Amino acid sequence: MKKEMICIVCPVGCHVSIDTKTHEVQNNKCKRGERYAKKELLNPTRMLTTTVNIDSIHQRRLPVKTTDAIPKEKLFDLMDLLESVEIKIPVNLGDVILSNVFDTGVDVVATMSLKD
Amino acid sequence: MKPYDIVIIGGGAAGLAALKGAYDKSLNICLIERDKTLGGILKQCIHNGFGLHHYNEELTGPEYAERGIEEVLGLNVDIFTDTTVVDVVKENGTFELMLMNTKKGEHRIKAISTIISSGCYERTRGAIQLPGDRPAGIMPAGSAQRHLNIDGYMVGKKVFILGSGDIGLIMARRMTLEGAEVLGVAELMPHSNGLTRNIVQCLHDFDIPLYLSHTISDIKGKSVLESITISEVDENFDYIEGTEKTFEVDTLLLSVGLIPDINMFDSLKFEVSKKTGGAIVDQTYQTSVEGLFACGNALHVHDLVDFVTEESTKAGQQAKAYILNNKKRSKNTLYVTPSSNISYILPQTLDMDDDFNEVVLSLRTTTNALTGKFHVYQGETLLFSEKAKFVVPAEMEKIKIKKEHLKHSGPISILFEVVSQ
Ligand SMILES: Cc1cc2nc3c(=O)[nH]c(=O)nc-3n(C[C@H](O)[C@H](O)[C@H](O)COP(=O)(O)OP(=O)(O)OC[C@H]3O[C@@H](n4cnc5c(N)ncnc54)[C@H](O)[C@@H]3O)c2cc1C
Ligand code: SF4
Repeated sequence: MKKEMICIVCPVGCHVSIDTKTHEVQNNKCKRGERYAKKELLNPTRMLTTTVNIDSIHQRRLPVKTTDAIPKEKLFDLMDLLESVEIKIPVNLGDVILSNVFDTGVDVVATMSLKD
Repeated sequence: MKPYDIVIIGGGAAGLAALKGAYDKSLNICLIERDKTLGGILKQCIHNGFGLHHYNEELTGPEYAERGIEEVLGLNVDIFTDTTVVDVVKENGTFELMLMNTKKGEHRIKAISTIISSGCYERTRGAIQLPGDRPAGIMPAGSAQRHLNIDGYMVGKKVFILGSGDIGLIMARRMTLEGAEVLGVAELMPHSNGLTRNIVQCLHDFDIPLYLSHTISDIKGKSVLESITISEVDENFDYIEGTEKTFEVDTLLLSVGLIPDINMFDSLKFEVSKKTGGAIVDQTYQTSVEGLFACGNALHVHDLVDFVTEESTKAGQQAKAYILNNKKRSKNTLYVTPSSNISYILPQTLDMDDDFNEVVLSLRTTTNALTGKFHVYQGETLLFSEKAKFVVPAEMEKIKIKKEHLKHSGPISILFEVVSQ
């Protein structure tokens, strides 16, 4: 079977296709497209940016992010995990909200400081 | 009361950079922000992708804002938050600003120079004339973003998005992750206005369909939104019969454009560009009113905050120079005009008596091109041509012109030649 995808490594945006069995990549204009397609097929990862509850007077939600990309299929699981998180002020940018999520070595950290 | 040397209106990315650029120990500077905190629109843009040019790393919106705030916190200036500028007039060479806040009510301050960095607002349904009923549940995507990311509530559960700009795409992913069902995105043009990365990571990742050359042809709902219908359009943007698709949704998000937010400055009567919706400025970011400067999204809508910071720092520096050097506006003005395939160029004028070696022009094309050439003319004389790759209207292009080139007569004009598409 062939899987179609758009390479996003550079602005050309080649519409590449990859064979799901042989991993042969087609229609890529350069090597980087081949690497991208294989990674997207075998181990696609994404950063997650979202928000969690906070008791600040300025805003009800605190923005957070993963410190690195996590497996794509874990995105919704991580959203579920973060739903029950309640943060108390003060919080500083970079404070760890959850550490080593799903044993990936990746933390979830605050992306804003909130003091009151 | 002694007037301020410089008053900056708006404390988003633009106002913060302008403050940093304008700062000087000998100057009396004030920044006014309507919100309770500084940072502007960046605070609600919780996603990644900011700062690659300016800080050489990928930051989220709030992180970018916090850096900007930290850079100005130690400065000896007056920063008034939770305070709105409601009117500005210029009398006897001095600006008078009417301010409003809960503590002092209405009060006034004076300034020798003023910088407008009040950002932009989103086009609403009235501006694009949607057909059908007018139920609740239709709102600009940026408003929904603010409600979700700051106020903490979802505006709906079954969502359709009109317009494929980046804000719409980002919200498609965001609402999906929060448990909403996003049924699709419709785009009037045959190509998306968003970055390819956002098409892939916000739509493809979640199997959200993108309907190109489609727009809303009907809206149904008595008090609340019940359904929307989209139709394919032909080259003249007329509906093609028989292509209708109906979606049952409770929310329609509009991502159909941003406009500089400068209505509150009407009394100043500066010249406004029809193309950008912002002030007409020279290379010092000075408007047609002497001592009045503009930058950021209040001047023209930017796709990258990094360029907002760069531009606004310069605007601040120019306001500082205006005060310190007691500069007067010259009459030696050169006009910069867009020609074929260019929608606008900024600045629109050059003050030729100003002391500059080169000027960077920001411009947008009206068409996509894989490769193309910019041709820069003064009058009938071709000054130079420059190759460009991957040109899209949604991304701003930059061209440098040296003052020494400008020795011919007539205005500067730039045209864009598409080489391959
Ligand atoms: C919804 C949205 C999403 C975006 N996403 C991205 C992205 O993914 N990547 C990227 O690089 N760029 C993005 N941008 C662009 C970039 O972030 C903005 O161009 C930039 O932050 C704008 O800065 P600004 O200071 O001009 O405007 P703003 O941040 O809007 O700041 C204007 C400030 O002025 C204040 N103000 C307005 N009127 C008054 C008044 N009368 N009195 C007092 N204060 C006033 C406002 O409260 C606000 O704080 C996005 C822009 C928007 C609108
Ligand atoms: S395959 Fe190469 S040329 Fe094509 S988009 Fe990817 S990086 Fe760019």
